[in-house]
Amino acid sequence: MKKNRSATDDPPLLRYLLCGIAFVFIALFLVLPLAVVFSEALAAGLGPVWTAITDTDSLAAIRVSLLAAAIAVPLNTVFGIAASWAIVKFDFPGKAFLVTLIDLPFSVSPVVAGLIYVLVFGRQGWFGSWLTDHDIHILFALPGIVLATIFVTFPFVARELIPLMSDQGREEEEAALSLGASGFATFWRVTLPNIKWGLLYGVLLCNARALGEFGAVSVVSGHIRGQTNTMPLHVELLYNNYDYVGAFSVAALLALLALLTLALKSFLEWRYADELAAAHRH
Amino acid sequence: MTTATILSPSARSRFPGFGLSLGFTLFYLTGIVLVPLLALVLRPFSLHLEDFWTAISAPRVLAALRLSFGTALAAAAIDSLFGFIVAWVLVRYRFPGKRLMDALIDLPFALPTAVAGIALSTLYAPTGWVGSILADYGIKVAYTPWGVLVAMIFIGLPFTVRTLQPVLQDLGRDLEEAAATLGATRPQAIMRVVVPMMAPALLTGAALAFARGVGEYGSIIFIAGNLPMKSEIAPLLIVTKLEQFDYAGAASIGVVMLAASFVLLLALNGLQVWAAKRR
Repeated sequence: MKKNRSATDDPPLLRYLLCGIAFVFIALFLVLPLAVVFSEALAAGLGPVWTAITDTDSLAAIRVSLLAAAIAVPLNTVFGIAASWAIVKFDFPGKAFLVTLIDLPFSVSPVVAGLIYVLVFGRQGWFGSWLTDHDIHILFALPGIVLATIFVTFPFVARELIPLMSDQGREEEEAALSLGASGFATFWRVTLPNIKWGLLYGVLLCNARALGEFGAVSVVSGHIRGQTNTMPLHVELLYNNYDYVGAFSVAALLALLALLTLALKSFLEWRYADELAAAHRH
Repeated sequence: MTTATILSPSARSRFPGFGLSLGFTLFYLTGIVLVPLLALVLRPFSLHLEDFWTAISAPRVLAALRLSFGTALAAAAIDSLFGFIVAWVLVRYRFPGKRLMDALIDLPFALPTAVAGIALSTLYAPTGWVGSILADYGIKVAYTPWGVLVAMIFIGLPFTVRTLQPVLQDLGRDLEEAAATLGATRPQAIMRVVVPMMAPALLTGAALAFARGVGEYGSIIFIAGNLPMKSEIAPLLIVTKLEQFDYAGAASIGVVMLAASFVLLLALNGLQVWAAKRR
């Protein structure tokens, strides 16, 4: 036994065993599924991948996904900033309960998230007959997709900003205010620069989930090819039609987006660790 | 967490934006989350409660709920065990590619569930890379309840690793040292000193993985085979009932799942209080 090994270092055998288990587990459950996506997409070369992605229905699905994310992400960002401002800078009764409610969409099944909008806007739902009378389409149309997307990505920005802003307190804002800055100028020139990397982090995760959401959107979209199919729904449609190269081509596009998100996220955690919520500093 | 100075009402009025930020927060939360959830919670009361019970106690519904909850529990246990090992390796050891492995842990968060679903299904199918090896030993994973388990393990893994990692990092080594000084072997020190100290984090991670597994839909439906009574999960049954315009049946299952979410959320809050007290 080497003399310089401290009492809290694991013996080599244990170390190799644990590393081995971790590597095999991660390879089996994370690396191989990722590899299979690209391998299946490229099974017949790059040509069919390009054809599948530039197909009219695929492009329509990409458009719907981008549009839904472009509406849902900014709305949830504004909400996240407002909620964390109210929760961190002020004290009021029921604050802890409010924080729990904001987290609620994370523990609700995506399918249930879709279901609640069907119960509100569907034919047998609360506003169903009124909407039919006025010829307003929410379900099986873009508004429903946007609502479902907002629901499943609801807590992302708030959950990142609340711990970050509590760490920072409110002394800097108070200094700016006492020097005569307006409320908005204080937010814009003191708060926002302090939280910008944390905000970007939250927006990044929110956007990834918005583009990738499947269950909730599947319930409310109606699956109208070329109209209300998002990218993940289009993957399902192609896969169920036995068009594996097509399905995995669109899936590979989504997987690349996921990898890009992970890379940016790791970069933020590494480069701006001090300016993110403490939970992400490792 | 440092708490800001305690605010008197006069300080609240000097600091701007209270009404606007809280007003918008409550308005948005009510409109997007609370009112639609109320539509689900009130639904069983607009039916007769007997119909609700009939819908819930149908054998096919019970089988789906049993599969979803039972398999999610098993997946959470497996994720806790392997999540602990992965977190341990990431926090305590140095090896090449560590940063890459660390980044990869979040893949199930970032990868759209439908993509994960078709990938796992292809991988574990009898003709797939892993499935063909397992088939040689007569093990079928894809299109059986085992497929549900595989998908739930995949989707839950980051929850356990990411809950354990920071706690393990903050854990001082002095107690382990003390154990070693008193003659404990290394595995003894880990099992009897580290693991008990990690108990709140282990339970929190397991609860998060369980919650995600119970509600998961996209990554499971491709690999499960979706045979009624055998490999049909509860969220899929909600979708099936909606497609048949059986709103009452769908809402009944939805209410049960929502109740489970509430209970889990309360349990998680309780765990947080417990963990804070022990610190």
